[in-house]
Amino acid sequence: MLWLAQRASAAVLAICVTVHLVTIVYAVRGGLSAAEIFGRTRGSTGWLAFYTLFVLACAVHAPIGLRPVLTEWLGWRGRSREAFVLVFGVLLAWLGMRAVLAVFR
Amino acid sequence: MSATLQVSVWRGGAEGALQRYDVPRYPSQTVLDVVTHIQRRIDPTLAYRYACRVGMCGSCAMTVNGVPRWTCRTHVDKVATGSELELRPLRNMPVIRDLVADMREFFDKWERAKGRFEGRARKSDDFARVAPDSPERQAADAGIECIGCGVCYAACDVVSWNRDYLGPAALNRAWTLISDVRDGATLERLRAVAGDAGCHACHTHTSCTERCPRHLSPTASIAGLKRAVAKAALAGKL
Amino acid sequence: MKRVALIHRLSGIALAVFLPLHFWALGRGLELDSFLRWTEQPLVKFAEWGIVVLLAAHLGGGLRVLAIEFLDWHEWQKSLAALAGALTVAAGLAFALAL
Repeated sequence: MLWLAQRASAAVLAICVTVHLVTIVYAVRGGLSAAEIFGRTRGSTGWLAFYTLFVLACAVHAPIGLRPVLTEWLGWRGRSREAFVLVFGVLLAWLGMRAVLAVFR
Repeated sequence: MSATLQVSVWRGGAEGALQRYDVPRYPSQTVLDVVTHIQRRIDPTLAYRYACRVGMCGSCAMTVNGVPRWTCRTHVDKVATGSELELRPLRNMPVIRDLVADMREFFDKWERAKGRFEGRARKSDDFARVAPDSPERQAADAGIECIGCGVCYAACDVVSWNRDYLGPAALNRAWTLISDVRDGATLERLRAVAGDAGCHACHTHTSCTERCPRHLSPTASIAGLKRAVAKAALAGKL
Repeated sequence: MKRVALIHRLSGIALAVFLPLHFWALGRGLELDSFLRWTEQPLVKFAEWGIVVLLAAHLGGGLRVLAIEFLDWHEWQKSLAALAGALTVAAGLAFALAL
């Protein structure tokens, strides 16, 4: 049920986004460098798990959210729209997990 | 306060134009008074609807300065910008002529949402006993005063964007019937309102609830439908 | 269209466009330093701040939807739009101060 998945992922994201923003504001104080970032993140299983959940929630939430906008504002309907939305979700999941692994493993 | 109102009224069908009339302004005047004055004293060819004149039937609904309202219950003083009024037929419905909108699709969608009571009892059964303060009855009562005036439908953005969307009034009715414990068509009704044309297309803009002249909340009813559909889907019933 | 709903929708679209780029940049791993140097530019900093504001706006609007859909209808739900706005401003300020 798309609606349920959307609301559930929204709830997950509400938490993840808040944690992410607070963490970033904290970590960014005094500048940012790759070495600094990786120093904190590499090898951390806790953060790896957190960001995996975050990425998967995004990959569910964003495509389902875009779907009605495509119909209502662009008039797109039917199987091609569903295919596009699915591909977008897979793309987000793939790019996201690639990023998570690059930063946390 | 000027003694005259400058009233622009839509004349024509889908194609047409606004026509200007000057109408004498009186205290406690309603927009319906203004339209009636135009048709009786200035231009008898103007087409418009009304019936009860007292805020019970909903026939007089039209767009006043961009907002859908009941004209018999709208005081000119409340909505006129200075001394100007703009009157158009209700949005989201085809125009028959001038200020008269074609409400057939509005009522067709009512049917499609299964907005009709299907009783379960037979003649030989006893009366149904429904506690007025039960949660289901309260949910039904909150929405049953709808008279099908179409204002919510005209106010709804999703109806404008998605021609299949059943709309707030039809869905509100479906919810009141689902909450009616005497009704036996709950599952069919849930199936009728689920999906992209049904309750899930509602984005909670709440324009319907803001504009309803009877102060109903189709938003709350539709939220109830969303939860009920999800529950039934998870239970494998749909 | 209602303002809170329009902001919610537009911020959602903007985030949907931003997110793949964000993931792609982070996925570049070892080349992150050169990318990070590029992000020091003021225009990019401003864009980052913008993204945070969009995120907060979308979150605020989303919380409003969740409240209306899952909690029994109340009068205070009308003020949720205002609350969404407040959250957005707060987040924007916090991030601006940290930059």
